[in-house]
Amino acid sequence: MVSGVAVTREVVIPNKEGLHFRPIMKFVDTAQRYQAGVTVHCEDRQADGRSPMEMLMLVATQGAKVKVVADGVDAEDLVNALVSLVESGFGEM
Amino acid sequence: MITKKGINASPGVAIGPALVLDTEEYRIPLRTVDPSQLATQIRNLDAALQASRQEVQELRVAATRKLGDDTAGIFAFHEQFIADPRLREQVVELIQQRRYSAAYAFGQVMNQRQKLFRSVADPYLKERVRDIFDIEKRVLRHILGRTREDMTRLTEPVVVVAADITPSQAISLDRRHILGFAINVGGPTSHMAIISKLLGIPAVVALGDITSDVSGGETLIVDGTAGIVVASPDPETIARYQERQREHERQVARLRTLRDQPAVTRDGVAIELLANIEVPEEAAAAVEAGAQGVGLYRTELLFLSSTRVPTEEQQYETYRAAVEAAAGRPVIIRTLDLGADKLAPALGAAPHEHNPVLGLRSLRYCLLHLDLFKTHLRAILRASVAGDVRIMFPMIATVMELRQAKATLADVMEDLDEEGIPFRRDLPIGMMVETPAAALLAPAFAREAAFLSIGSNDLTQYTLAVDRGNERVAHLFSAHNPAVLRLLHRVARAGLAHGCDVSLCGEMAGAPLYTQLLLGLGLRRLSMASCDIPAVKQVVRRTTLAACRALAARVLKFDADRQVLNTLRDAHRALDPEDES
Repeated sequence: MVSGVAVTREVVIPNKEGLHFRPIMKFVDTAQRYQAGVTVHCEDRQADGRSPMEMLMLVATQGAKVKVVADGVDAEDLVNALVSLVESGFGEM
Repeated sequence: MITKKGINASPGVAIGPALVLDTEEYRIPLRTVDPSQLATQIRNLDAALQASRQEVQELRVAATRKLGDDTAGIFAFHEQFIADPRLREQVVELIQQRRYSAAYAFGQVMNQRQKLFRSVADPYLKERVRDIFDIEKRVLRHILGRTREDMTRLTEPVVVVAADITPSQAISLDRRHILGFAINVGGPTSHMAIISKLLGIPAVVALGDITSDVSGGETLIVDGTAGIVVASPDPETIARYQERQREHERQVARLRTLRDQPAVTRDGVAIELLANIEVPEEAAAAVEAGAQGVGLYRTELLFLSSTRVPTEEQQYETYRAAVEAAAGRPVIIRTLDLGADKLAPALGAAPHEHNPVLGLRSLRYCLLHLDLFKTHLRAILRASVAGDVRIMFPMIATVMELRQAKATLADVMEDLDEEGIPFRRDLPIGMMVETPAAALLAPAFAREAAFLSIGSNDLTQYTLAVDRGNERVAHLFSAHNPAVLRLLHRVARAGLAHGCDVSLCGEMAGAPLYTQLLLGLGLRRLSMASCDIPAVKQVVRRTTLAACRALAARVLKFDADRQVLNTLRDAHRALDPEDES
């Protein structure tokens, strides 16, 4: 990863379905629009935020706390975009 | 010659060569390649991923058009899955570090992913293994450059034999080349059965392992009306089924001509014939069959087919699709009819009940789970702006239940108002009459409901205290039992007296044998499976209301259902086709 400081934020999955097909599709779409790399942590599991497969395997259900860690030039923007996407319930609530 | 019995999923007879669809996983031998070949392997992989992505994109477009956004969503996910940078990374790593061929490396990675999916406890994720199979097969086909038996590339008519039909296969059906289906698994309401019926392709499902009984190429007969499949039939059998096929086709052609004819008796009384549906796609088929609307839209499927409670958005999209497909015709949406007798995995484990049919089910369940119920009602109300939606509460025995349900609906309307979300405030609110209590109190209910719809199956079950799913007492179940008929008559009269529309939506409605009696008892609206509409319409057009009334008056005097049945059969036989106006 490029520039020095990693940006970390915690967010709670608010929607009933948890991180499933559609929410993940939106998440990955967003992650891929930025240059920074992003890793998502849930309990002891972690996933590449650009990989729908790994995101599915996080099994983050409603109420789960996830940590979003980005590193790169636009890390701040990326984390903000992802956190507000999650907080909006992925536009499905 | 082998004869196998399955479940009839779509009527008609098909005779033709069998095509067995390969559902086996590809078995890719372990293959390492020369270091000079590694770059070629990676290029093959990239080309295959690219081609697969393209294919899935096309499928998604086709799915949106044919089956709606929900099904299309599956393919959107496949698309992203194939484009997953981590997927390519892992495969390339195996190619470079272990000198695996592209096919073997890809197979290995997909294998790991399948294992991962199987290992999680979440039942929803576990099911996604099927999607992984689907994706794996698609990409491998491109890597190997081998053309598999593919339903989109059929050049001659065949009877398709398969273990199951996946979403991608279902969407790529080509009616011109598919004569029939013989399928290992499934039930009469499986997605595959619904699609075959829509397309008019004969199908038999739940055949066990028909895929191993048939090797492909031999002649296969699929009798989708009787639920029978015959492999390698002898000439006499073929001749017999050809006759049945012609008879079925004559019947279909005869009934098709009825589609645009009005459902009016010879003495000029118009009868409304409506369709029962379960998925939005059926609404279009109902219109096609000549239905004047949807008399019963069962909303359970969305809940039964998923391990998660469908979201408001999912419900809304589904209901709106059905309402739009009905193109302005009325759509009566029945609220959730789930509970102790029909368990949905999404609703979680319920305490065991000794008598589920008399237990916490249907509206009773909804009134106890108000969050679930309100979300459901919100979705229906939001869909109401798309057409002529009416709402119907099932399983009511007391006036209080109806009032509670209406009060809940009023609450939800208030919420929507506050949020500024549009809905039709004037949508008619009706109820099912399926308990003897509701039938006996019909005059009271007729004052409080905009319409009554008799569910004759449940009404018969509760009146006669017979579970027809129990084969030891099923013979006691008859909708033409005099006790049931008197209740029907009572409800019809109450409706007339209070200006409240009464319809009937049980199986009786779709059986031509009962049509004259039901009209005679005072019913003017019948809702049935759309495939039954033409036959019922034929009876309506051949009879007179005067004759129906005379028949009903005679039948209501009988005490035994045997007498009723004989009289109905005579009356049905007496309909002279020449009299049709």
